[in-house]
Amino acid sequence: MTRRLVRFLDERVGVAPLLRKGLRYVFPDHWSFMVGEIALYAFMILVATGIYLTLFYVPSHEQVVYHGGYGPLQGMEMTKAYQSVLDISFNIPAGLLIRQVHHWAADVFVAAIVLHALRIFFTGAFRKPREINYWIGITMLALALPEGFLGYSLADDLLSGMGLAIAYGVFLSIPVIGGFATFLGFGGELPGAPEFFSRMLVLHVLIIPVAIGALLTVHLMTIMRQHHTQFAGPGRTERNVVGTPMWPGYLLRSLGLLFAVAAVLFLLGGLVQVNPIWEWGPYHVYSGTNGAQPDWYLGWLIGGLRLMFPFEPHIAGYTLVPNPFWGGALFPLVVFGFLYLWPFIERRWITRDHGRHELLDRPRDNPTRTAVGAAVLAWVSIIFVVGSFDRLYLRLDVPYEGQVWFWRFAVIVVPVAIFFITRAVCRELKAGGTHPLRGWSGGVVARTASGGYAVQGEPAAKGDEREVAAHAPDGGNDAGDRA
Amino acid sequence: MSGLRRALTAIGRFAAFVLLFLIGRRRRGRPGRVSDEPPPVPGPHEREVPSGRRAETLVAAMLVVCGLCGGAFVALYFAYDDTQLLGLSLGLAFAALAAALVVAGKAVIPQETYTEEREDFGDEEVREEIESLVHEGGEGLSRRGMLLAAGGVAATGLGAAVVWPVASLGPSVGDRIRKTPWRAGRYLVDAEDRRILVDDLDVGSFMLAFPEGADKELLGSSINIVRLRPQELDLPRERAGWAVEGVVAYSRICTHAGCAVSLFRYPTYERTSSAPALVCPCHYSTFDPRRACKVVFGPAGRPLPQLPLRMDAARHLLAAGGYSGPPGPAYPRVRLQ
Repeated sequence: MTRRLVRFLDERVGVAPLLRKGLRYVFPDHWSFMVGEIALYAFMILVATGIYLTLFYVPSHEQVVYHGGYGPLQGMEMTKAYQSVLDISFNIPAGLLIRQVHHWAADVFVAAIVLHALRIFFTGAFRKPREINYWIGITMLALALPEGFLGYSLADDLLSGMGLAIAYGVFLSIPVIGGFATFLGFGGELPGAPEFFSRMLVLHVLIIPVAIGALLTVHLMTIMRQHHTQFAGPGRTERNVVGTPMWPGYLLRSLGLLFAVAAVLFLLGGLVQVNPIWEWGPYHVYSGTNGAQPDWYLGWLIGGLRLMFPFEPHIAGYTLVPNPFWGGALFPLVVFGFLYLWPFIERRWITRDHGRHELLDRPRDNPTRTAVGAAVLAWVSIIFVVGSFDRLYLRLDVPYEGQVWFWRFAVIVVPVAIFFITRAVCRELKAGGTHPLRGWSGGVVARTASGGYAVQGEPAAKGDEREVAAHAPDGGNDAGDRA
Repeated sequence: MSGLRRALTAIGRFAAFVLLFLIGRRRRGRPGRVSDEPPPVPGPHEREVPSGRRAETLVAAMLVVCGLCGGAFVALYFAYDDTQLLGLSLGLAFAALAAALVVAGKAVIPQETYTEEREDFGDEEVREEIESLVHEGGEGLSRRGMLLAAGGVAATGLGAAVVWPVASLGPSVGDRIRKTPWRAGRYLVDAEDRRILVDDLDVGSFMLAFPEGADKELLGSSINIVRLRPQELDLPRERAGWAVEGVVAYSRICTHAGCAVSLFRYPTYERTSSAPALVCPCHYSTFDPRRACKVVFGPAGRPLPQLPLRMDAARHLLAAGGYSGPPGPAYPRVRLQ
């Protein structure tokens, strides 16, 4: 059977050598390598559930009066777009399940990309020869954010309308081209031309997903060509890759991960409510609600918009740069600019290392990189958290204005402090050769009979030291990384 | 609300995952470390063929569970269309399949560690050959500069022509962004299109209003009317007549990012409460309605445009003119007031 199939294919497209190579392709075993796979599998589930939803969705601004299955909205004026999403949720069997799985999958997709990117950054996996693939990955992250935003904007409930209003404000604030560019996208002023929803739909279901799919293909093919990186360890060198071959071990495990991701997403989609649009109601330009929050991956932008000083430079009574530009446009540009440029910055000013690297750094191996990364991560995380500090006010009565004033300054001070602390910790760990989470490597100092001081007994975690020593020729890795 | 809760649940779940992972690792890691032998260096290929009748039975059982859960999903679809049960059945089907595959991968099939040598990219000869191939393509060219310049002209002209239709996607901005339906003499109406009496508003209340007969969805249409005590008002001198018995009107669209300014606070006890304010729920820009909606907190860069009001003989509210400035979010070169 196998032979006949292989012969059939090989005689026609000559795939046997490629297949043989593919079946023996080696994957290094480390848990952190699975995070990127989770993003891949979430994307597959997004495509599958998204196709289903597209078959029911109506991208129309046209106003109708609701007479569908949900009582509290009976007789309300709303757009056909919102009505069709209500129908998906209430009238189409399994429609709500698929819609919620789609929404959860989007949240997990972006989360997995971010964690994957953190792994790549802090282990130096972006170094030569992998810079191109790193940029492709960052580009996919940059595409995933508007893709998710468009997705929940299409529902046209009150929250998505408020989000679109903010997007309108941010685009309008771009210096020089703001008004022109915004009108091209929206087809006029908020809430947009009649064809605006079709435009969003085409972007959401065709242009951006195809772009992500294409980049994903190149991303994976490049990995196949270069092979994975690996952590240092016994038998692992810059010249080889040690791990489980594709067939049968890794294939089974990876498919297991695919279905585990599907299981989690379907259980979430079935059991944990997400974005109940019928509770928010339809959007009108004149309506708003308190306590509005975007999906998590846009929280950093709402934080940036909320934290910004009321700074709007103007000349002779005319505004030069409207305020939403700083938090909504410049801030993400700076963050993505940092991510894109980091390989250059590191090579030019920090490591001056132009060599090829197949073995990963541990975060402590390059204290400056880790410290810069931790500082930027802290900066973005603080702004992310500040985006939801109104909840602290509403729930715990912590004065909102005071919090904002505090963080307007702390957002600069804390990352700087984190930079120095992280760098010091990394240097200490690197010098000491110990692992922060595994055992204590100090000794008990006792006074001797002669009046001097001496370390009593052996360090508690003797095993750790021995292992580090054993691995040192390969770069000094921990046993745990082989688990 | 749900965003934060969602984020917290996600963080909690991730923390639990990490915790379980670390505990699991510790348990497996410790005993090995106590022994005095150095960790073995794996050979190039290691292969261990398991004999796992029990694991095989387990895998088979999991696969059967998967099939049964899938069947349950189909049955539920027809018999009892409930999102929770549908999600549960399909989720468990996937979970059983995942478990079967992982158990099979770890205990049924041969366990292998394989070492593959990396391929060296780079053969300087091939690169040189490519370089000379490229250059040979231009052999015999005498006026390279002229051709390049002409090519530049072609690229610019054709590029512009190809991109230009994009301009049809939207109207030109021009005056559109400043236009509003408000004119002197236009009546204010509520959401049900009824004209509004001054006496409909108590001191300390606010209300959403529109221009009579105009499209409510225009950015320049909706206003907030607020009734304060006349002596509280502190409007600029030239706007002294813009309020009617303490009723003032401002654009409802935030000058920051275009959300609806839908929150109003009024002191319940003046010594301890905050001063009256109109607040945008998106980024908490806070405007003082007593002082022409000056920005008192938050990121907005200019006040909400004010609409001058007057009333007719029957005490209905109507506009006495247009806004004091362009309504809606700021754009480059917007007039401040």
